[in-house]
Amino acid sequence: MSGSNELSRRDFIKVTTGIVGGLIGVALGLPSVSYLIDPALQEGGKDAWISIGKFEDMQLEKPYPFSFTRVQVNGWERTSSSFGGYAIRKSDDPKDLLILNSRCTHLSCNVNWHEESDAFLCPCHDAKFSRDGNVLDGPPPRPLDVYEEFRLSEDGNIEIFFKAG
Amino acid sequence: MWKTVYEWLDERLGLNDLYTNLLDRPEPKGNWWNTLGSASLFLFVLQGLTGIFLTVYYTPSPDHAYDSVQYIMEGVAFGWLIRGIHHWGATLMVIVVFIHLLRVFITASFKFPRELTWLIGIGLFLATLGMGFTGYLLPWNQKAYWATTVGTQIAGSVPFIGEFILKALRGGPDLSALTLQRFFSAHIWIIPAVLAGLIGIHLYLIIKHGESHFPTKED
Repeated sequence: MSGSNELSRRDFIKVTTGIVGGLIGVALGLPSVSYLIDPALQEGGKDAWISIGKFEDMQLEKPYPFSFTRVQVNGWERTSSSFGGYAIRKSDDPKDLLILNSRCTHLSCNVNWHEESDAFLCPCHDAKFSRDGNVLDGPPPRPLDVYEEFRLSEDGNIEIFFKAG
Repeated sequence: MWKTVYEWLDERLGLNDLYTNLLDRPEPKGNWWNTLGSASLFLFVLQGLTGIFLTVYYTPSPDHAYDSVQYIMEGVAFGWLIRGIHHWGATLMVIVVFIHLLRVFITASFKFPRELTWLIGIGLFLATLGMGFTGYLLPWNQKAYWATTVGTQIAGSVPFIGEFILKALRGGPDLSALTLQRFFSAHIWIIPAVLAGLIGIHLYLIIKHGESHFPTKED
C-alpha cells in the first residue's frame, strides 16, 4: 500500500467521517439558526385606526385624555400594551387638533396633564411639557410625540392611525 | 499560511498529541458492537444541543408548558425538527446505551482492570433512564401527567421510606407546579451535570486502559 498514490483505507475513513459529519452539521445547524432567529423575522402587530373619543366631547384648548390597549399574541401568550395621550382641540375644525402621545420622550413614563401648572408633568424625573408638547423643564431630549394621522369618522369619533412597533 | 497557524496552535495546545492519544489510539480488531459507546456519546451531545435549543421556547409552568410545546411544534421555524430529534433521540439513546451495556456484559469487558469503567457505566445507564423519566413529564400532556403519577407512585411503594420518596420526587403529596419545576431542573441541570461528569471519567478510563479484545475460545 505504501508508496502508492491510492487513497489509504485510513484516509478514506477520515475523509468520509469528515464529509458525513459536515453534512450532519449543516443539516442540523442551518435549521437551528432559523429556529433561533424565527421570532425576529415575524411580522409585528397590525396597524389600525383607533377611536379615541367623540369630537364634540373635546373642549377648546382643554387637553382631552384618552387611552387604549393593544393586544398581541407573542408565542404562547397574549401581551397587552397600554397607550395613551391627550387630544387638544384648537377650533371647530376637526382637522385642527393636536394629538399628543403621553409617553415621555425621556424614559417612556406616562405624563399627566396638570391644570394648575398648565403643563404635562412626568412623575418619573420631573419633566415638564407645555400644552403644545414642548419641553419646558427637565431631562427630555425632544418634545412629546404627536399622532400626525387622524380623521373624523362618520359617527363623530376622532380616530388616530396606530402604527405597530 | 494555515500550516503556520496550525503549528503555532499545536506548539501551545498539543493538538497532535491529543489526536494520537484520543482518536488514533490502538484498538483491538474492529467490530461494530464496539462503536456503541461512541454512538451513545454522539446521542448525548445531540440531546444536549437540541435540549438547549428547546429551552429557548419551553416554559416549565403548568400554565404554559403545554402551550409552549405546541408553539415549538407549530409556531417556530423547524421547531418540529428540533423537538422531533430530541424526542426520538431520547428513545434511541436509552436503546443504544442499553445495548452498549449488554455488549460489555456479554463480552466480559467489565473484568480487571475495567471494573470501575463498568460501575460508572451502570451509573450512566441509570442517569440516562433518569433523563427519560424526568423529560417525559415536561410536555405536560395527559400521557406525561399520568405516566409521572404512576412512576412516582411506584417509587412511593418502597417500604418505610416510600412516602418520603414520593413527596421528595413530587415536591409535595400531589403532582403540581413544583413537580414540573423540579423535574425540569433535574432534566436540564442536575442529571446532565452528573452525566457529563461520569462520561468524563468513563472516557478517561477507556483511554487509559484501552478497549478490551473480544474473548476467544481459550479465554
